[in-house]
Amino acid sequence: MKNINWSLVSTHVILIIGVIFMSLPVWVAFATSTHSAENIIRNGLQFWPGTDFLKTYNEVLFVEGGVMKAVLGTTMLKNSLILGLGFAIGKVIISMLAAYAIVYFRFRLANFLFWIIFMTLLLPLEVRIIPSFEVVASLGLLDTHTGLIVPLIASATGTFFFRQFFRSVPDELLEAAKLDGATPWGFFIDILVPLSKTMIAAILIIMFVVGWNQYLWPLIMTTKEENYTLVIGIKQIYQVLAEGGELPQYQKAFALTILATLPPVLVVLIFQNWFVKGLVESEK
Amino acid sequence: MAKVELKNVRKTYGNGAEAVKGVDMTIKHGEFIVYVGPSGCGKSTLLRMIAGLESVTEGDVLIDDTLINGVTPAERDVAMVFQNYALYPHMTVRGNMSYGLKNRGMNKKDIAGKVDEAAKMLRIFDFLDRQPHELSGGQRQRVAMGRAIVREPKVFLFDEPLSNLDAKLRVQMRIEIKRLQRRMDVTSIYVTHDQTEAMTLADRLAVINDGQIEQMGAPIELYNNPSTLFVASFIGSPQINLLPVHFDGHYLNTGNVQLNGFSNLPESTDLVLGIRPDDLRIDNNGALSLRVDLVEQHGADNLIYGEALGCGSSVENEPMEICLKAGQELIPDLETELSLAFDTNKAMIFERESGKRLV
Amino acid sequence: MKRVQFQHSSIPYLFVAPQIIIIFVFFLWPAAQAIYQSFLLEDAFGLSSQFVWFRNYTDTILSASWLQAAGFTMVFSAIVTFLSLSIALLLAVKANQVIQGARTYKTTLMWAYAIAPPVAGLMGNLMFNPLIGDLYKFLNSIGWDFDHKLDSFDASFVVILIAVWKQVSVNFIFFLSGLQGIPNSVSEAAMMDCKSPIRRFWTITFPLLAPTTFFLMVINITYAFFETFGIIDTTTRGAPGGATNTLVFKVFQDGFRGADLGGSSAQSVVLMLIVLALTIVQFRFIERKVHY
Repeated sequence: MKNINWSLVSTHVILIIGVIFMSLPVWVAFATSTHSAENIIRNGLQFWPGTDFLKTYNEVLFVEGGVMKAVLGTTMLKNSLILGLGFAIGKVIISMLAAYAIVYFRFRLANFLFWIIFMTLLLPLEVRIIPSFEVVASLGLLDTHTGLIVPLIASATGTFFFRQFFRSVPDELLEAAKLDGATPWGFFIDILVPLSKTMIAAILIIMFVVGWNQYLWPLIMTTKEENYTLVIGIKQIYQVLAEGGELPQYQKAFALTILATLPPVLVVLIFQNWFVKGLVESEK
Repeated sequence: MAKVELKNVRKTYGNGAEAVKGVDMTIKHGEFIVYVGPSGCGKSTLLRMIAGLESVTEGDVLIDDTLINGVTPAERDVAMVFQNYALYPHMTVRGNMSYGLKNRGMNKKDIAGKVDEAAKMLRIFDFLDRQPHELSGGQRQRVAMGRAIVREPKVFLFDEPLSNLDAKLRVQMRIEIKRLQRRMDVTSIYVTHDQTEAMTLADRLAVINDGQIEQMGAPIELYNNPSTLFVASFIGSPQINLLPVHFDGHYLNTGNVQLNGFSNLPESTDLVLGIRPDDLRIDNNGALSLRVDLVEQHGADNLIYGEALGCGSSVENEPMEICLKAGQELIPDLETELSLAFDTNKAMIFERESGKRLV
Repeated sequence: MKRVQFQHSSIPYLFVAPQIIIIFVFFLWPAAQAIYQSFLLEDAFGLSSQFVWFRNYTDTILSASWLQAAGFTMVFSAIVTFLSLSIALLLAVKANQVIQGARTYKTTLMWAYAIAPPVAGLMGNLMFNPLIGDLYKFLNSIGWDFDHKLDSFDASFVVILIAVWKQVSVNFIFFLSGLQGIPNSVSEAAMMDCKSPIRRFWTITFPLLAPTTFFLMVINITYAFFETFGIIDTTTRGAPGGATNTLVFKVFQDGFRGADLGGSSAQSVVLMLIVLALTIVQFRFIERKVHY
């Protein structure tokens, strides 16, 4: 080519810088996690992977006391999974049911109940954190999966999303179903839910990430180490490192961050299209 | 007012698809040229290459003898009216029409003057302060034209501007566009797939098929003297009747029917006889026989469709359908058999394989 | 509303019940508690409490530490919002312009969405670690006497950087989608009307992105107010001396660490009012969004 398209070159340069900016920290975290603690302390953060990959990750995941006193990496992984999946599935079910009622039924308290749901937007967790803790404690749900998941799932975002979607479904569908003798429950299960498959997938993916990444609530209501999620484990690492003592196990800290990040990132990458669709649709 | 030249222009896409396969033409200043052809034939691509919205893979595009291949759209001094109008949604009508002039550094007073003048010409003066979403399709169309007019460009480009309008509006706008162009005397290139628009608007018409120009000339010339089978069947409504025929040395044979009056035709080749519906007439001694199947009454004329009895057909096992154009008085009953004749010098003979016109 | 609906009296209530019940138990009841507690003052042993009307509010809101946190939160939100929106917009515009590698760029710029704020915080923390952190060493080597444990500007720098980093992905996704929503023909018409690509961007593209931009502004401000808790908790913890305290972090600190239930609840209520204001603004303006 005689003439180099400089504007195209500069576009790619900007994009590449952006990619480096966004990816470098994680790459460094990974690379560093595969070195020994002594190496890290002596030479700082690493850009190239070392030799301790299996050793470190094995310790973190499978060895008791590998990261914290009582809990295995795999246990935390399990807790995170339960939280992520439970949150996502719970949210989808609850929101779909509520949205269905609001959109497809004419009943007296419809408007009032809709506004109640709407109110939850005004009450993010941070604003009701202490009394929520007290309520959960009084119900005996501290340190339980139920107590972890349920208080989070009833916020309005999911309901709004499905409400929007249901409103876009043609009226004729319900008319045809009525003529065919469908009951409200039948219409929901046999027609509406299959129709919503892509939307459900999109919301499940987003909510899995949101649930997995929960921090404040699990931090407060899990008191025993064996109930920690991976993300909470991060916090504890921080404590340990900050308090010092013996040789700081930086490689394990990084390994844990990689583990805490991997599943949601994989989900987002593999289901990229659904994920973006769900995110963008919920804007409307 | 400008001369536009295309020299062996080609467009090939990255995946190898050839949209335009070597087009040459010279458009004189002030001419209204129409590109017509079926969907996907490359006519829009050609237009967009002149606009600068598509790159030219090979060949030259010149405006007023200046090569513009690498020139950006805004610097070519051409204006385009898009099929879906492409108005700027966030600006008023006045804003839409002023934008191009503002960017060219014209001062506010001059811009306002030109916008007002164009708006009056197009009868959108009362809408100047409205936004596109408050206007009807026809009004938006006129704003799109206004935006092009105020620029006073060297060339007007139209990309199927009337396709999204209802039938009646289309006819109205067609006439307005023709009048406007004549008044402004600007070289114009207009793309459409509608042959009626093409015939009525063009000073010269280019029929494009599969990336190449089949024939270019005055509309009536293409109607009377199509040079290929494609042009003959594309131009003219209702469509020309086409019968598959063979020449045996004396007669033209189709099925059981023999037609007189032809000579000097190749003998062992597939040929096609083309005769327009309005060139057929009722004649008791006629060689063709039409069994009436459907009568369309269009008001002043009737179109009579039916099977050409005994004739060979272009589709296996299906009857040969032909059409006769007659006055409103002729309303034959179904199943009636009409005897038809035609003037041999109105008939056209094409080679089936190549589409070339022989007679 | 839908034209066609079911007319059943009890079924809808059944469908809506799960969500409503959870909302009552875990949203409304605790919120009411928070409001109630904000009017109380507990004694040192938590044995009795006294109704003190608005004293908690005045004590907290007018306290130096709350005002400091409020000030920081405002500044922090503004900077984080502005920076992460700008960077994301630039990247989205560029990503929209390339054809080769577009998908790869999209993927790599988008995936950071999946990282939890505290995880990002910890990574940042380690990168600024005086012992092993390259960023720490780098900044000191270019003459910046960097110490985020002691200097409030440096601490803010760290927290802002991490918060921006994390948020770029979300904004990028929305901006890209917004850009792709602009009809091609409008962009082409602009190409014919305007020579300068930069001018075209500011007069045509950016105005047409206004709804998206506005939506993102609200999302980002909410993010900066609340979700950045995770970042702060794993990095500066409000240090030094409360300089990087956000309002939400302070609620947590005063409530769980400081055991000041009354004061913490009062702060919660104030936060609630701020969210209310934000939501009103969002809904008012979103109506206008359905413009073009």
